[in-house]
Order: sequence, then C-alpha cells, then structure tokens
Amino acid sequence: MNFDFSDEQNMLRDQARRFLDDHASRKAVRAVLEDDTIPYDRDLWKGMAELGWTGATIPEEYGGAGLSYEDLCVIAEELGRSLAPTPISSSLYLATEALLHAGSEDQKQAWLPRLAMGEVIGCFALAEGVGAPTPKSIKAAVKDGQVSGSKIPVADGDVADLAVVLARGDGALSLYLVDLSGKGVSREPVETIDPTRSHARLTFDRAPCEPIGKQGKGWEIAEAVLDRAAILMAFEQVGGAQACLDMAAEHAKNRYAFGRPIGSFQAIKHKLADIYIAIELARANAYYGAWALTANGADLPVAAAAARVAASEAFNHAAREGLQTHGGMGFTWEFDCHLFYRRAKLLSLALGGERRWKDRLVGQLEKRNLATAEVD
Amino acid sequence: MDFNDTPAEAEFRAEARDWLSRNAEKRVPGKTFKLRRGEEGLIPLAREWEARKFDGGFAGIPLPKEYGGRGGTRLQQTIYLQEEAKFVTPPPVFGISHGMAVPVMVAYATEAQKQRYVPATLRGDEIWCQLFSEPGAGSDLAGLRTRAVRDGDEWVVNGQKIWNSGAHYADLAILVTRSDPTVEKHKGLTYFFVDMKSPGIEVRPIKQMTGFSNFNEVFMTDLRIPDSQRLGAVGDGWKVSITTLMNERVVSGVRPAPDFNDIFGLARDLQLEDGPAIADPAVREKLADWYVQSRGIELIRFRTMTALSRGQQPGPENSISKLVGSFKRQQIAAFGMDLMDTAGAVMDKELMPMRALFQDALLDSPSGRIAAGTDEILRNIIGERVLGLPRDVRADKGIPFNQLRENKE
Repeated sequence: MNFDFSDEQNMLRDQARRFLDDHASRKAVRAVLEDDTIPYDRDLWKGMAELGWTGATIPEEYGGAGLSYEDLCVIAEELGRSLAPTPISSSLYLATEALLHAGSEDQKQAWLPRLAMGEVIGCFALAEGVGAPTPKSIKAAVKDGQVSGSKIPVADGDVADLAVVLARGDGALSLYLVDLSGKGVSREPVETIDPTRSHARLTFDRAPCEPIGKQGKGWEIAEAVLDRAAILMAFEQVGGAQACLDMAAEHAKNRYAFGRPIGSFQAIKHKLADIYIAIELARANAYYGAWALTANGADLPVAAAAARVAASEAFNHAAREGLQTHGGMGFTWEFDCHLFYRRAKLLSLALGGERRWKDRLVGQLEKRNLATAEVD
Repeated sequence: MDFNDTPAEAEFRAEARDWLSRNAEKRVPGKTFKLRRGEEGLIPLAREWEARKFDGGFAGIPLPKEYGGRGGTRLQQTIYLQEEAKFVTPPPVFGISHGMAVPVMVAYATEAQKQRYVPATLRGDEIWCQLFSEPGAGSDLAGLRTRAVRDGDEWVVNGQKIWNSGAHYADLAILVTRSDPTVEKHKGLTYFFVDMKSPGIEVRPIKQMTGFSNFNEVFMTDLRIPDSQRLGAVGDGWKVSITTLMNERVVSGVRPAPDFNDIFGLARDLQLEDGPAIADPAVREKLADWYVQSRGIELIRFRTMTALSRGQQPGPENSISKLVGSFKRQQIAAFGMDLMDTAGAVMDKELMPMRALFQDALLDSPSGRIAAGTDEILRNIIGERVLGLPRDVRADKGIPFNQLRENKE
C-alpha cells in the first residue's frame, strides 16, 4: 500500500506549477476570454510542447515523453488549477488515447509523433446536439470511406487538425479518423459558457475517413476512451476546485464585516469546510483512478466513473460557493470567480453530464457485483 | 502509487482472512449481527468475540506484546479492519475501551498500571466508559464543572456527567475534572481513571429516542480517587483529553450500517412499479452519490495509513470521515425506507428487509452526528485548523473559570 505520489512526481508538480504561474497567469487566461479571435493560448501550447506535455503519455518510440499516467495526472491537476486555455484534453486525453487504445500501427506512426510535438491538435467528435448521445441516436454515417453528418459541440473542433469521429458504417457504430484539412469538412465556432475553451460545430459532407479500432465496436471503444479521459479530467477538476477554495479562504481571512474577518463567522467557515470535504472526497477517488489508469485493470470503469462523479460535484460546488463567499465582487467581470464557475460547469458536461456518469457508475457496480458476488 | 499489498502486507491479509473465515460468518449485503447495540445479550457475545480475537493475535495489533498486543503496525491494524468488515461481527462495544482508554493508558499510566489494565481491556474482560460531557459542557467541553479537590494521596470528586455510553455495564472509566476553578477554563482541568464500582458513583441510564438506554447520567458524590490514578500532570487535563479525542476520531474502522452496500443490496432486491428499484434513475443517482462518498472515506483512510507507515503524521483529511459517514447513514436509512413505501414505517424485524436495519438506523442515526464532536464542531475544526480561518470571537477568553458569567451566582 502506497497511496501517494512519489517524490519525483511531487517535483514534477512543483515544476508544472512554476511554469504555469509564469505562462498561464490569469492575465493570459483573460486574454483568451476577452478576444473572440483567440481560440487558445498558442505560446502556452508551444511551451507545453517543449516540456513534453503535449505527448506526455505517448511512448518514446512515437516521439512522446513516455511519462506514466500518474505523471500526467499530476500535470493535469496543475492545468486545472491555472485554467490553462489549451486544447490538451481534446488532443491528449481523447484523440491520442483513442489512437493508443485502438489505432493500428500505421495510424500511430502517422499521427502520434506530430501530436506529441503539439504540431497537430486532435479532437473527439461524439455529441450531435442537445441530449445524451446513445448507440441509437448517432446519425453521422459512413459510406464508401466518406463520412457525412454534423457533430456539435466539439471541443477544439475549430483548431484541430485531426478528429476521431463516432459514426455509423454498415449499420454498426465505429470510430473513424478524419483529417480536418481534407475536403468535405466545414467548421464554425460555437459560443459556450466558457470562452477560454473553444468549441465548434463540425459538418462533414462526404469527408474522407478511415476506420480506427475494431469495426462495429465504436461505442465500446468510445466509452473506454471516455473512461480514461474522465480520470485525467478529474484531476483538472480537483485542481480547479482547490484554486476556488484557496481564493475563498484568502478572501474570508481578509474581508472584514461587523468588525471581524468574515471567515470567523460560522456561516462562512462551515461553507468552506463543506467545499474542503467535497474536494477531499474527489481527490481520494481521483487518486485511485490514477492508479487504476496506470494499472489498467478490471476496476478501471468503476474507478473512472467514481472519479468523474466526485470531481464534477466538487468543482461545481467549490466554484459556486467560492463565488458566493466573495459577495457582490464575485459577480463582477473583474474578479476571477466567474472564470472557475464557467470552467467547472463546462468540464462537468464535457465528457457527458453528471446524470449519465452516475448511471454508468451504478451500471458498472452492478456488473462487478454479478462478477464477484461479494461485498466490496 | 500502489494500491496492491506488498508481499508482507498480502501475507498478513491472508492470515487475517484465514482466521476470520474460521471464526466468523462471511458478510453479504444486508447481513448484520443478530443483535444490535443496546439489545439484550449483546455484551457477553461481544466480550466473547474480543477474547477470541485476543487469543487469535488480532487484538491491539499495533501495541507491544508485553501489553497483550501483537507488536504489529497500524497499517496491519487497518488491513485487519478491512478484512473484518467483510465478516459478520458484533456491533462496537469496545470503541471507547480500545480507541480511547488503551491509547491514553499507554501514553500516561505507570508501567505497573499498563501491565494490569491494557491486556485485560484488549481481551474484553474489562470495558471502559468515558466521563467527559456534562449537562453544561458538551461541545464546549472545557466548561465542565465536576470538581476534584486534593486530599492527601487522594482526590475527592463531586459532580455530574452525561451522555456516558456503556457506563451502566462499564468496569472502568476515564474522567476529566476541574481541579482549579480560579484559572482560565482550559488550564484548570485534571484527568483520571477510575473503577466504576467505587463508592460514590451512581449510574442512571437515559432512555434514548430509540427506546434503548445505551448512554447514562453518572453522578459522583465524594468519590475518592487515588492520586496514582491521575493521568498527566495536575492542570494538564485538557491536553490529555485532546489526545483522547483525536484517537476517538481516528480509530473507528467499523462501518456504520446501513452503508452503500446495504442500500445497493436493497435496491437490487426490492421491486418497484416498473421493476427492481436499482433500475429507477432517481435511485441510481443517489446510489452513485453514496458510493463516491463511501469509497472516498475508505480511500482517505488508505492515505492516512500510507502516512503512518512512513512514520509521518496523517494529514488533516481524516477529520472528514465521521462527518460524511454519519450524515450519509441518516440519509441512506431514510431513503431505504422510502423505497419500501408505506410499509417502510414498520419496525417488525421478522417482516422488514434486513431485520429492520433501515428503520432502526433512522432512529439511531442522529446520535452519530452529535457524538464524538457534532457536525458543527467538526466543521469548525476543519475551518480553523485545516483552512486556517480565524477563530470565532470568544467571550470567555482570559477570564478565570469561576469568574465566567454562567458560573457566577
């Protein structure tokens, strides 16, 4: 039993924090927020590529840094804390994971080295409008090696070079790779609640595509990729939630009312204690997820869903009540509370909403219970 | 990070599991011990179980062998508790004895006293209770008034305690008293242990809202305690009490029932209008929330044990376990009953699922949110000690105990 990050991983955390303090300051985040023409922070992305983060978990033979998933979790927590406006979740947690998980050797050779360098950005195109996608609801269809259909919203779809697309071919769902610079692809930016993370509608009109992974298993592979991304994103959520708590606690110590710091009032103290509790429950579930991801065992789907559910709850809770602690200033554009409030909700929707993940968690527990017929 | 056991840990776990499987029944969801806390006949069965554990080498796992322990580690203790939770064992009767009295005796008693009391306690021969709270001193424990006056080699104690779990069957007690009312309230306290059969102790059970009488009022009238039974220096009672209370919050490895597995089992087995309850989206949503809480608490305990195994102080995260666990139990109880619909109100053990576990817990669960630090006090502790928020304004600061408004006639 060793339930903690290693000394090396803690050094990596310090290094990541220093880098992001310098290159992903709130000023840098706001530059993306306030200018519609900037989809993400290109300088930051370049710096992350130089540190090897864009290809963190890509094996060295494909030009990646060959770090462990636990290492990436450490980095992800810092990315979440800083609100770094980059496409890393789309490119690394999703598109790269799909390639690593299901790609052929040729596909890996073709894409992974450039993804690792940050020269190519990947995205994951699943949703087709309002409501949760299901195996029955997917309308995008492939015929003669060409995909047609519309995907909205696609995180980073406006800037990505490569899309992993869930579509129907020969009646069954499969995943396909689409080179977004090819013909038959059009994209338009979509405004979301969090402009620091750009989104688009991707429209395919007989766009050339190639299948990735076992044909007819697209839904199952997508779920496996989402599980893996959910754990990495849970660390971003924990990092973001912790930043909200730190801000709120700092404010509560320094803001005076009725002759006392407001943090001495139990109404505030208990509110912040509840945020702390939500974060620690999420952190514990996320840590276990990090281990399950590294070990890639049978427990991964349960661990992923638990990490996802706990982290979404924690970040939304921390952002909402952290903002409340700031009073009227929390509602201003000038204060940073809204940056976290936006990001919290965005992340809890990004890989599928909370309702869907709770349902998945219980479904996985039912499966495991049948398999083991044992308590725990 | 590694959630797998090391070879040594795996070996110990296998040994514990093997012993448990020969001495207890495997637990399946919803299965609990045949008697609940407060029910007639539980104490002898609980003593018998502790004696069996003692003989098997699983009592006091981290304690030295000369005090009847195993000479093992706190990590092994956790491994044992993880395994024990998979078996049906008596509800906790020895929480105060093992979790509070033993650690405080090991830390403060004389060598002869340790030899005399610790093994007997671990073996279940002697049960302890805790004489701390008073009618006027609950969350504000340092406001206690039970007076101890020195008389030669003895102390004479007069006063009243309340909420003393198990005092009606306890053999021994840990006791905190006011030895000096002329100084600030935290500074005038002194800590003792005492034989509950001493003349001058009267125990009156309190009928709880459950109908059971697990806790009591304890009256002390000219109770004489030898100075040799003082734990810690005169006036150091607050410090000793805090040590005890910290142990109280760390020790509990026992899971409160019903927990996630019980409501999961109920939801799977119970039919609603359209099939099993577990298929209902509203039920699934709640199950998911409770799973991440239960699992989170369990994992946080692993983090604590990781720190302990490296000889580090556990982080503050452990303080949330009771806070989350006790409220969750109350919610699970109420929700389980709701699934049973109108019949959920019925308390008949023969008729109700899991021998009316949910019904019993509905009535018992408020106690978990009050005992061993109320929800509110625990939130203050997190706010002040973990988050570093300023303390609330104190109206009693710097004032001698006997000059406080509530203590002046």
